[in-house]
Amino acid sequence: MTEGVTTLSAVAPKARPILGRDDWIMRWGLLVLGVWLSVAVVLPLYTLLSKSLEDHGGRFIGLANFAEFFATPVLFHSIYNSLTIAIISTAITITLAFIYAYALTRSCMPGKAIFKGIAMVPILAPSLLPAISLVYLFGNQGMIKGVLMGETIYGPIGIVMGEVFWTFPHALIIIITALSMADARLYEVAESLGTSKLRTFFTVTLPGARYGVISACFVVFTLVITDFGVPKVIGGQYNVLATDVYKQVIGQQNFQMGAVVGMVLLVPAVLAFIADRIIQRKQVALISARAVPYHPKPKTRFDMAMMGFCCVVGFMILGIIAVDAFASFIQLWPYNLTLTLYNYDFDLRDGGGWASYRNSIVMASYTAVIGTVIIFAGAYLVEKIRGFTVIRSLVQFMCIIPLAVPGLVLGLAYIFFFNHPANPLEFVYGTMAILVICTVTHFYTVSHLTATTALKQMDPEFEAVSMSLKVPFYKTFWRVTVPVCVPAILDISIYLFVNAMTTVSAVVFIYSADTTLASVAVLNMDDAGEVASAAAMGMMIVVTSAGVRALHALLTRGIARTSQAWRVR
Amino acid sequence: MVTQETPAGSGDQRTRYLKIENITKKFGEFVALQDISLDIYKGEFICFLGPSGCGKTTLLRAIAGLDIQTRGRIEQDGKDISNLPAAERNFGIVFQSYALFPNLTVSKNVGYGLVNQRMGKAAIGERVAELLDLVGLGDQGSKYPAQLSGGEQQRVALARALATSPGLLLLDEPLSALDAKVRVFLRQEIKSLHRRLGVTTIMVTHDQEEALTMADRIVVMNQGTIEQVGTPIEIYRNPMSPFVGNFVGTMNFLSGVVTGAASVRLGAMEFDCANGVGGLTEGQAVTVCLRPEEIAVRGVASGGANSFEVRISGLEFLGSFYRATLQAARLGDMEIIADFSINEVRDMTLDEGATIQIALPGEYIRIFAED
Ligand SMILES: Nc1ncnc2c1ncn2[C@@H]1O[C@H](COP(=O)(O)OP(=O)(O)O)[C@@H](O)[C@H]1O
Ligand SMILES: [Mg+2]
Repeated sequence: MTEGVTTLSAVAPKARPILGRDDWIMRWGLLVLGVWLSVAVVLPLYTLLSKSLEDHGGRFIGLANFAEFFATPVLFHSIYNSLTIAIISTAITITLAFIYAYALTRSCMPGKAIFKGIAMVPILAPSLLPAISLVYLFGNQGMIKGVLMGETIYGPIGIVMGEVFWTFPHALIIIITALSMADARLYEVAESLGTSKLRTFFTVTLPGARYGVISACFVVFTLVITDFGVPKVIGGQYNVLATDVYKQVIGQQNFQMGAVVGMVLLVPAVLAFIADRIIQRKQVALISARAVPYHPKPKTRFDMAMMGFCCVVGFMILGIIAVDAFASFIQLWPYNLTLTLYNYDFDLRDGGGWASYRNSIVMASYTAVIGTVIIFAGAYLVEKIRGFTVIRSLVQFMCIIPLAVPGLVLGLAYIFFFNHPANPLEFVYGTMAILVICTVTHFYTVSHLTATTALKQMDPEFEAVSMSLKVPFYKTFWRVTVPVCVPAILDISIYLFVNAMTTVSAVVFIYSADTTLASVAVLNMDDAGEVASAAAMGMMIVVTSAGVRALHALLTRGIARTSQAWRVR
Repeated sequence: MVTQETPAGSGDQRTRYLKIENITKKFGEFVALQDISLDIYKGEFICFLGPSGCGKTTLLRAIAGLDIQTRGRIEQDGKDISNLPAAERNFGIVFQSYALFPNLTVSKNVGYGLVNQRMGKAAIGERVAELLDLVGLGDQGSKYPAQLSGGEQQRVALARALATSPGLLLLDEPLSALDAKVRVFLRQEIKSLHRRLGVTTIMVTHDQEEALTMADRIVVMNQGTIEQVGTPIEIYRNPMSPFVGNFVGTMNFLSGVVTGAASVRLGAMEFDCANGVGGLTEGQAVTVCLRPEEIAVRGVASGGANSFEVRISGLEFLGSFYRATLQAARLGDMEIIADFSINEVRDMTLDEGATIQIALPGEYIRIFAED
């Protein structure tokens, strides 16, 4: 208002809006979600924090545990190791992913869809799997051990190779998105000015994609520093923070020190998370400009070079999986190479047998169904509620926290929280329920953001229209919001299912003898020297995830066809 | 300054339907509506007119209960609805985006609010058919919104809003997403629909032509306040502020000084103003307002009242008339915009560069204190 504030009529009564039935239902719903997230995220983390400040007897001792941690060279050295591994892996992954993404978005090479599909394969596997394959390739009796020229795979080299394989698709997705947002007009201008290809790359392409690249760096860095599967299998004597947590807690039953390492592990994850948030905010401003999509023109030599690169990377990815598959069907590498299904006879081995596979399917199904319901309905409430601003912001914040919490830390926090004798929820400890709660929470944020994005794309006035027509919001939610958001809902449930199949880090602390999981079985069988069976179980996970993904693709296509009439493409 | 007037030609026998009292709406510290009061009568077609960001939508949403005001009362049909949630008020609404449910057919969209009214299936079907006929889409019921043109979607939204026979119809810029031709056509459609149904209607628009052609009364808004309320002709003829004059139609703004009870000086010349100077004191700096078409050129004799010599510095043909830019040396080189009819231009051989006599008719001169 440019004019000064004129005196407001003193008699005008302040409005005291009466809450309608919809408002009440939504507010209660949001409160329930808030309580749920408190129990699933906030309280466990708080318990973890307080545990790290206690001695074995449960007395508060301030930062003494942290002092001890930093005074123990072996433990302290793990920080250095973790950072080294994370930085090197990030550099390699981002470089490879960038070139690969460049090939997919900026060249006219044939077979792009296939190459993109191949690049996504690592997502279907637990991080343990590439490590096992690397052992078969480069281990003491490795197939192509000589390539390492005397260096050992058990240590930083192996960890980096495994992490690069496992994080590659995550980086690729982000960079592809960044590169596809390019504005063709900038390239036309560059060309009309006679700018050289190389200069165009450095002055147009890189700056345009820089936020995506930086974001991908943070994601990969966090994934690597918090991953525990690869170093566990192939790390040898090379200690990193993630394996330290596991050793302290599972090996030495030193919960306090485990909590301390967990807290230390939280630091880089949270920092990367905050930095990424800041950068993403800047990127949003970049997208909002009206861009004309860039369409590459065929350039034979460049396209061939790009395809060559993709072939090499794709071959490596498939090679790792193939080695694992091969190993799973071999009697006893390298002595007896007869083909056999013997390794798939999981019931003969420790680790939970076929029951753990069945448990995984059950757990992943519950996670997908329950998680999708909670997350989508929750995102809807957060997005659509009117008023109630403080609680809303609080809940919204709680929805974002899980992204910054490494799985190991979450799992550890769950032990402390749910295994606490004073906790009335202790009964879920050791059940399937806690695995589902933990997994839903672990992967909450990405799903929440997917749901929020889909909801934001809908007309914000649907709710206003249904209010004016006196239709309760939940009817419109069911009749309009859900059908319109079906693609996003499917994406979320698939994402949850596949991650529930492959995750190790969080659940490794909280599974029980009755609820062993396939991914944990891979870990335990590998630990027990049953490497071939570990590989076999790994294959079961890959095949299951791939099957579910294929089903998802079919469903999506079917839905696209049936809703063709109304869906605006 | 707000004057309240009853609709033209209807006197006081019309019943008040909506009473808006001292509405203030704040978003944090920002005051979006400031002490707005307004009466709306049953069956009226009201337009909220004003530049974008002046608070039209905010006022409409307060009336609907979608964003309840910070202070003030609203009464609808004699009932205090100030604090009621939207779902308990009685209105139908059409948004600029139409907000049609994309996954439901046109019929399902129109019948959306009926399903909740415990009507039988057959009765709903009948009502939907009736509504679709009403908006001229009788044969489109089985299509999806995405298969319709913008104008058709707009009419579906209208039918949906009318389905439950609300006492009040709220339209928020319903035509602004359409192209010009469809817009003009739909203006007529909405008007005739209003005439047939007689439902009290409030339409928000920033398009003065739309407001002038459709409204029974126009509420001109500016920066969260009401500038003027009146029939289109009143608003056009007697703008109560320079803002209204400028926003509705085109207006010349000339700086002058009051020199008497019915005279002002512009540059070196004194002008008689038939309507007086509105009680302003001598020596007061004022803005003198005249519409381009009010400037006289035919039959203006040199030395006549309020007449003076100008040079035509620009002449632009605008289809049904010419718009001239005039340079008045005697007024201190003030620039005046005047509209001349095609006949005038032809008969008087007006041309760029020519020097002519014009007059500012005293009865059209409006004077506002300069601030
Ligand atoms: N939810 C909101 N929060 C903050 N400011 C708002 C909100 N809605 C509207 N405003 C502000 O109030 C003013 C009036 O908005 P609006 O009523 O939408 O204007 P219009 O006359 O164009 O419909 C604008 O300056 C707008 O920025
Ligand atoms: Mg508006």
